[in-house]
Amino acid sequence: MTDTTTTKASARSFWRDVDLRAVAPFVALFLLLVLGSFAHDNFLTTNNLLNVMTRSAYIAIIAVGATFVISAGGLDLSVGAMVAFVASLAIMFMNAGSIASPLGMVLAAMAVMVLIGMACGLVNGLITTIGKIEPFITTLGMMGVYRGLTTWLSQGGAITLRNADVQATYRPVYFESLLGIPYPVWAIFITGAIAAFVLYRTSFGRHVIAVGSNEDVARYSGISVERVRTLTYVIQGLCVAIACLIYIPRLSSTTATTGMMWELQAITAVVVGGTALRGGVGRIWGTICGAFILEIVGNVMLLSNVISEYLLGAIQGAIIIIAMLVQRSLVRKS
Amino acid sequence: MNTATAAHISSGDPTPFMASEGLSMAFGGIEVLKNIDLNIRAGEVHAIIGENGAGKSTLMKILSGHLKPTRGTIRIDGEPIALSGPVDAEHRGIVLVHQEILLAPDLTVAQNIYLGRELKKGFVLDDRAMNDGAAKAVRNLGADVDPVQTVGRLSIARRQLVQIARALLVPHRIVIFDEPTASLTPVETDALLKVIDDIRRSGAAVLYISHRLPEVKQIADRVTVLRDGRLIATRDAAELEPIDMARLMVGRDVSKLYPDHVPPGDTAPILEVENFDVPGYAQNASFTLKKGEILGFAGLVGAGRTELMEGVVGLRSGRGKVRLNGKPVTFGTVRNSMAAGIVYLSEDRKGKGLLLQQDLRTNLTLASLNKFARGLLIDSAREKTALDDAIGEFDIRTRNKDLLAGQLSGGNQQKLLIAKMMLLKPGIVIIDEPTRGIDIGTKEQIYKFIADLAASGKSVIVISSEMPELIGICDRIVVMRSGAIVGEVSGEHMNENEIVVLATGVTTSEVA
Repeated sequence: MTDTTTTKASARSFWRDVDLRAVAPFVALFLLLVLGSFAHDNFLTTNNLLNVMTRSAYIAIIAVGATFVISAGGLDLSVGAMVAFVASLAIMFMNAGSIASPLGMVLAAMAVMVLIGMACGLVNGLITTIGKIEPFITTLGMMGVYRGLTTWLSQGGAITLRNADVQATYRPVYFESLLGIPYPVWAIFITGAIAAFVLYRTSFGRHVIAVGSNEDVARYSGISVERVRTLTYVIQGLCVAIACLIYIPRLSSTTATTGMMWELQAITAVVVGGTALRGGVGRIWGTICGAFILEIVGNVMLLSNVISEYLLGAIQGAIIIIAMLVQRSLVRKS
Repeated sequence: MNTATAAHISSGDPTPFMASEGLSMAFGGIEVLKNIDLNIRAGEVHAIIGENGAGKSTLMKILSGHLKPTRGTIRIDGEPIALSGPVDAEHRGIVLVHQEILLAPDLTVAQNIYLGRELKKGFVLDDRAMNDGAAKAVRNLGADVDPVQTVGRLSIARRQLVQIARALLVPHRIVIFDEPTASLTPVETDALLKVIDDIRRSGAAVLYISHRLPEVKQIADRVTVLRDGRLIATRDAAELEPIDMARLMVGRDVSKLYPDHVPPGDTAPILEVENFDVPGYAQNASFTLKKGEILGFAGLVGAGRTELMEGVVGLRSGRGKVRLNGKPVTFGTVRNSMAAGIVYLSEDRKGKGLLLQQDLRTNLTLASLNKFARGLLIDSAREKTALDDAIGEFDIRTRNKDLLAGQLSGGNQQKLLIAKMMLLKPGIVIIDEPTRGIDIGTKEQIYKFIADLAASGKSVIVISSEMPELIGICDRIVVMRSGAIVGEVSGEHMNENEIVVLATGVTTSEVA
């Protein structure tokens, strides 16, 4: 009698120590993999899975940045338009052809993307913090600005990388592998590892969580809320730039619709990954897991032929709601 | 002073209105309430007192249907019942006035009071009836609040009155007050005690939780003392003096609540504030603070004491001369004042002091994180050591070091907040309402901590609405009224009368 109660109690306390909300996205990913293996024989092959991960790279990396913004209590709706804007400027820079060596040109373009991406993030951050405008409004406005500028730059058409040498030099960044793993997949995990380090192990990361948890407490603790928030937008801009780095070699072209709706996919990945939209909780690996889930759902639908792939958007929309319901019920239990 | 004194004790009614038998409650295997046998008679004010963590709040949550007990029975009119939730409890006439303010800040007073039970004419809201009803409900509480005023613009004390008015609108047989006077001024407290007396006269029962023992003595018919989840005693209030209550609560003698403190000699001031303005809150404030001194700030709620201090440390914009050790300084931001060795502990522990959703370690080191950084990394081992040290030094009582700050009791939250700010190694500590909502045992610890701090050569400013505590621990008391410093008392002039006269601007006879 006494024994059973103690073992029960210790089992209960073990389950209380494991935060179910942190584990849930990985369980969902695992179940999805099981489901996918029934859908098609080719699904659970290394090739297919690496392919899926490669295609999820843009959203995963952008969503890592969004994890910072959202953890600090902000929101960035402009990331999709920012991808189009940054990538377009980078292609135009390469087309201008001021550097003779193709490799030098690619490296310079990468630096340009990083700088422009961070500058775009800085603009978003300063408008929300100094201008004291709701992040939803700020980034909705900036979404229009970046998208409009891209349309204007492309004159409604496409901006295409014209120099064949540069294209040939850049192409492997998306299509080649290192140690059997495609570069975009490396990019996801390296970005994730650095982001996790920054968010979980540095003072800045702690400040991000504090600001998202309760702005007043952070301020009364001597933390500059404006600085921390602004920096999360700069990190978001940097992540958008990294996504652009691996986006350009894939198509070598941008149009006015590049990155359309990516902001919603990124936010979905963040939320499915267990980060709270109200701030104060940030889960980097959960976010990456969320991005994989979104891509795998599409992949399973494509392979299974049971559900029309035109329903992809509807399914992804349903996923975010189901994820929220599951998390809500986990909160109640704990 | 007050008409609401303890009235007759209702003559031996055989069936109490509400009773509990063997009520027990456990969270995760830990019993926080053990075998509580309590009976509540109609027409009595029954005070529940006990230290933080004694189980008062848990007991109230069970009686009001917010929690289900692990064991035991609740009877109403002798019939065993199972409360399915707070709504069920309200239907049975049990209403709880929460300690926290639970109002929608953007709605008006009337809209809040009638929220969820709006008066209608057909399909249309009957605003006039609701405004009239709200005005009447608030006036019954002895307050004058405009029913169309937005709640967010009211002071905390007034918001609380609105909350009480809202609760009393439900037909009630038992009203549970959870520390209603914690943020009220003496005048407002008196008004509230009159309201409680009225409820008693109407034949309903009142369960009254408070840390202010003189108030309990004044208003209660019977007193139940809880300690460590057990019911220690239920006595007639007439038999108990506040000091007896304190002894029962703590389980030992607490004759000396305030520690000895020797005021500093005639030394040069460490902090001088001259003609300081905080727009909208304080004008032309000047005061000085000596090394090793404990300086009190008295005044009514809304007198501008908090805002003045927030202005001085750079949490609000303010203008004026500030000299630290004789050198003029300006703190544009709170970071600068912290770096200069001044810390401010907010009165709003839950809203501005601690991250309730984060663990103790995160909270402890938040203000001084750079001291725990090794290169880019936070040294979590040193953080853990710091938490162990703080738990020992400040006697933070927690069953588990991984708790969230919000899971600690009020007194332990305050200790954690003090520990957090002391990690900054300040020379000047400004502490706002240090013992609000805190039990007497913890109060004693905090007073001792403040006295020790001053004895070690630090200077302390205490803002408090509890005059006995200011008089008990301070060397001097500055009094503010409507944003201005109106006087200063020390020595034999440090008594409630002189302070009330200064704080209200009227003579004592008028106050009474």
